[in-house]
Amino acid sequence: MAARTLYEKIWEAHIVREEPGQPTLIYIDRHLIHEGTSPQAFAGLKAAGRKVRQPQLTFAVMDHSVSTKNRLLPVLDADALGQFEALARNCEEHGVHLFDLHSKNQGIVHIIGPELGITQPGQTIVCGDSHTSTHGAFGALAFGIGTSEIEHVLATQCLTQFKSKTMKIEIQGKRPRGVTAKDFILAVIGRIGIAGGTGYVFEYMGEAVRGLSMEGRMTMCNMSIEGGARAGMVSPDETTFAYLEGRPFVPRGKDFQTAVDHWRSLATEPGAKFDETLTLHANELAPMVTWGTNPGMVTQVTDRVPDPASFNDPVDREAATRALVYMDLKPGTAIEDIRLDRVFIGSCTNSRIEDLRAAAKVVAGKHVAKNLKQALVVPGSRRVKVEAEAEGLDRIFRDAGFEWRDAGCSMCIGMNDDVLLSGERSASTSNRNFEGRQGKGGRTHLVSPIMAAAAAIEGHFVDIRDWKNADGAE
Amino acid sequence: MEPFIKHSGMVAPLDRVNVDTDQMVPKQFLKFLTREGYGRVLFYDWRYMPGEKPNPEFVLNLPRYKGASVLLARANFGCGSSREHAPWAILDYGFRTILAPSYADIFYNNCFKNGILPVTLSNEQMDELFSRTEKQPGYRLTVDLEQNVVTDEQGLRYSFAIDPFRRDCLLRGLDDIGLTLVHDQHIAAFEKQNLRLPEMYDPVDVKYHHDTRTQRN
Repeated sequence: MAARTLYEKIWEAHIVREEPGQPTLIYIDRHLIHEGTSPQAFAGLKAAGRKVRQPQLTFAVMDHSVSTKNRLLPVLDADALGQFEALARNCEEHGVHLFDLHSKNQGIVHIIGPELGITQPGQTIVCGDSHTSTHGAFGALAFGIGTSEIEHVLATQCLTQFKSKTMKIEIQGKRPRGVTAKDFILAVIGRIGIAGGTGYVFEYMGEAVRGLSMEGRMTMCNMSIEGGARAGMVSPDETTFAYLEGRPFVPRGKDFQTAVDHWRSLATEPGAKFDETLTLHANELAPMVTWGTNPGMVTQVTDRVPDPASFNDPVDREAATRALVYMDLKPGTAIEDIRLDRVFIGSCTNSRIEDLRAAAKVVAGKHVAKNLKQALVVPGSRRVKVEAEAEGLDRIFRDAGFEWRDAGCSMCIGMNDDVLLSGERSASTSNRNFEGRQGKGGRTHLVSPIMAAAAAIEGHFVDIRDWKNADGAE
Repeated sequence: MEPFIKHSGMVAPLDRVNVDTDQMVPKQFLKFLTREGYGRVLFYDWRYMPGEKPNPEFVLNLPRYKGASVLLARANFGCGSSREHAPWAILDYGFRTILAPSYADIFYNNCFKNGILPVTLSNEQMDELFSRTEKQPGYRLTVDLEQNVVTDEQGLRYSFAIDPFRRDCLLRGLDDIGLTLVHDQHIAAFEKQNLRLPEMYDPVDVKYHHDTRTQRN
């Protein structure tokens, strides 16, 4: 048999029905749902008199609209409350696992799946959220779906899918100090553009990717969708197995060994063919900062805001012009001269324990700059929160002038009360700098956690590589 | 789902690349429990000024495009979030079909689930359509899915390619789920061979959990 990719192996193992000229019916191993995109799916299911086919493969959590302040206080947002109640009702009615507002395991759906070991190599995983690509870090095929497809999976545990093309994204060499997984993926998106991966599944490879922790790999896979790819993956290896061992939903003892043997066989084989290849060299990469209104509008921290006139393509030129107006930036401004109003450390991209450790190291013994209105740390899950508190990270952040919050999506999407006000500028460890993403009229710059931490201390962007504690998040 | 066979209507142009779904339906409108009523909030932040006063500069607010049902767009339309609220809003606003050089994957998929036809044309063809729309007030297009062509009243005729399965579903307004359930025996056979229910080895405080080990004992 010809050498196969990880993607091909998972695809082939999940074919329920294949018919020439038709999309393939594939089986879904894990279906993750949240309060934001699922109510209409359950309503549709009910209207058609259908049931959830496999409630035990379905996991629900409240994350998008949750307050990150005091969880013991009543929910004041009536619309959010309506969503929570609908999710609880639907889960109860159909027997679906639910991590509710008060669960010790509550958190952002893409944080808790891996951390509980619900996510495992070789699985197909879907969720009504585009950042489902995160779970691909484990060597799973994971992608975001719309509400109609949520209903489809609830009813059938399957999806009709067209096979994607594959793109190998290789990062050669060793990760330089101060350069993180976030900078890798921003550099990739900067290179291929935000539609460069449309129709593809990415597989990240190379020494620098192999050297990343699971947290770092999740950060890269998370933002695959920002490069247009529905899914990103990394072949499972010892790092993957070590992360999974002992997690609540992961087999133990002899069963674990059996599972590992299977997981090991999933890795892309040498010589397997990809439809496209992109190669970057880690030693050419630097901390990245976005300057525009999509993640592809990004540059190195030592650079300047580009002049739209420097773009050859008239379409890019116009988009850049528009973006600079929205961002209120002048061409030629040094990135390090951009002053900030708020700093947000959180989101499914960068709110895992390792992200918080790295950021805490940067801010320890320092204080956020006077020009900042707010510096926010929002752990991705309540487990991360507890772990961070056990290590004293909350104290470090609080002493440095950060607010320490409860788990949720928070200012990444601003569905709760953590938002940017019009005209405010943030350094954010999240994944989208679209117009209005963090609040209408808000201006978002995407960076790594250590870059965000350093920017909070100085009140403007700085090159974290110049700092002592830049060993950073892997 | 309402079938899409052939649609004629007035054209509105949205001449921007990379229009993301956050622009189509901003986050504050993602908290409702229904699929209906999102037309009012389509492109909310672009469309309205404070106090929900229509922004006179936004293209869809121009009187000449009132009542349009065919939307011209640019590359990578619908990128970003998977929210299906975006196509719900587009449909509820009154658009039955979108013409663009390319779409983001999830949005493209979501359109078909809602009876919206996303037509893919070349950049040159799109330039021509944008130019005709600009020059001719009340410019109309007909999108015929049976013939796979876009035509106007002056003899313009662009054929377009579309996946035959998706085309068929749209032409017939088929219910996707019903279609899959026809293959229930295939699903059951797959499950019989492959299904491994997740086991919880460490108790976590999840509600409504079926403990598979307890059930087996």
